[in-house]
Amino acid sequence: MTIETATSDSSRSIATDRDGFELHPDDRAEIEHERGHYEQPQAACIEALKIVQRRHGWVPDGAIPAIAEVLGIGPASVEGVATFYSLIFRQPVGRHVILICDSSSCFLTGYEALKDAIADALDIGYGETTADNRFTLLPVCCLGACDRGPALMIDDDTYGPVMPEDVSRLLEVYT
Amino acid sequence: MSDNAAHIDNLRYRCQLHQSDAERNEETHPLTWRLRDDNTLVALDDYVGKDGYTAVANTLKGMSPADVIAQMKKANVRGRGGAGFSAGVKWGLTLQGDALPRGYIVCNADEMEPGTFKDRLLLEQLPHLLIEGMILAAYANNAKMGYIFLRGEYREAARAITIALGEAREAGWLGDNIAGSGFDFDVVLHTGAGRYICGEETALINSLEGQRANPRAKPPFPGQSGAWGKPTVVNNVETLCNVPAVMRHGAEWYQSLSGGLSDDGGTKLYGVSGRVNRPGLWELPIGTSGTELLDRAGGIRDGRALKTWLPGGGSTGFLLPEHLKLALDFDTIGKQGSRLGTGLLAVVTDEQSVVSLVRNLEMFFARESCGWCTPCRDGLPWTVKLLQALERGEGRQSDIAMLGKLAGDLGPGKTFCAHAPGAAMPLESALRYFRSEFEQGVSQSSRHAAAEPLPAGGA
Repeated sequence: MTIETATSDSSRSIATDRDGFELHPDDRAEIEHERGHYEQPQAACIEALKIVQRRHGWVPDGAIPAIAEVLGIGPASVEGVATFYSLIFRQPVGRHVILICDSSSCFLTGYEALKDAIADALDIGYGETTADNRFTLLPVCCLGACDRGPALMIDDDTYGPVMPEDVSRLLEVYT
Repeated sequence: MSDNAAHIDNLRYRCQLHQSDAERNEETHPLTWRLRDDNTLVALDDYVGKDGYTAVANTLKGMSPADVIAQMKKANVRGRGGAGFSAGVKWGLTLQGDALPRGYIVCNADEMEPGTFKDRLLLEQLPHLLIEGMILAAYANNAKMGYIFLRGEYREAARAITIALGEAREAGWLGDNIAGSGFDFDVVLHTGAGRYICGEETALINSLEGQRANPRAKPPFPGQSGAWGKPTVVNNVETLCNVPAVMRHGAEWYQSLSGGLSDDGGTKLYGVSGRVNRPGLWELPIGTSGTELLDRAGGIRDGRALKTWLPGGGSTGFLLPEHLKLALDFDTIGKQGSRLGTGLLAVVTDEQSVVSLVRNLEMFFARESCGWCTPCRDGLPWTVKLLQALERGEGRQSDIAMLGKLAGDLGPGKTFCAHAPGAAMPLESALRYFRSEFEQGVSQSSRHAAAEPLPAGGA
């Protein structure tokens, strides 16, 4: 069953059906542990989404009601949070996520050429994933690496300054 | 290591202060004197070996919470997150009393202001200094629990903080009966999942509660009703890291650190980014001039000249080369119609387009608007469209006036929170100082047409 909503940011219906999705027992335990850090269980919502995402690479529809149940809140609350935050992925992403800093200091040091070099090398734009499912490309808020711009992150790693000529060798590291 | 592995390793971002061990000491560099020259984490043994946690031990034993607040007020530690509000005054306004529940200390470690890379250093290398500052803040404000709200992308900082929290708990600096004082307090690391608006203190509280990061109406202020309705103090990383030294050495000493450069006391983590020879980060007396900073940064790269600069993030107003001589403090920069903000300069050189840079800034603010209030949600994308047209040389004469009107309509008091006013500041100042660059973006046909009136509802 789905509940149709008319929120400003999405006409997508909110998943209330788990669609066969089961939380991994370790993930459930971790979410329950996180819940204890706060006065209200809802506070563990973002962390819960991140825990699911760490295992699956993204947050599948069925995870929304599953997380809601563990936290004792409505699925709409979980979905509202999941769709608000830029580092929670509600669509599948590649094995590696590239976050390019597109803020002012990296603009001043030339991120646009870097972004073009990556987009050309991988033949994808922002929000897209390579056909071999290896990389997804996204922009990100100022990475706080402005003294070494242009900067980017690939998974947990931060690099800078990265010049267009560095791109092919850098991407090779991530298979 | 193969050539390629070495090359990749060189590309890895490493956060560092551009001042050697020899230049830093306890008397002049309260934030950074304990940093290691190898830029690695200052672990508990190292921190305690350099008098770490003595401020907690002495303060919890010898001072009342009211004394701590009085000392902070006297030291006048102004909020280093960019607003410059006195931390002591903020603490003094926080509700506490026997009839009230104990509240929260929240460290705003959501550093996302464009051009800002200062808190990262303290978080990655000196988490114990932050924890010590949080314990003192908790004691002064009768908080039962602290949260470090860390942006999700700061993975290295998360690793360092996790280690430090474990060490501090094991050594009895966190938990029950800290240092035999009878005071209980613990800290939890809370990592975010993106969105610049989380840095706004009431949006941050909503995010901490697991909600969408829309700001809340003020009043009530967080000190009255914050996280879960409890009195909550939200302070920036650098602000909290100043507290241990204020408690150890006193308010007069803290005031004297600026050495007559400023009416404000203490030091500041200043930085420079953009096309300079040695971009970097320095701890210097507050009130240091832009000239000295630019000099430390080795001057402008490639023989170019300075056109303009942002004093402390994307939400501060542009200043001119002639303003470099001014003291970089909250009041002096405020008098120029800008803001000190985070105090990390972004330098724009003569070959770089101000219109393009403002377009980049407004795209950032438009994307990062939480969408809660109409002027911000719809006004910011409108500025982007006008700026893009001017950037392509396809603007109309009336676009410049419309940008001016939007800068006013998005200004202080017109929107729900400070996000849009922050976005308006670089726009308004760019129009003021660099009008001719905007005029160059007006198309030939529009230039020759009669002056077009503003659309309905115009000024």
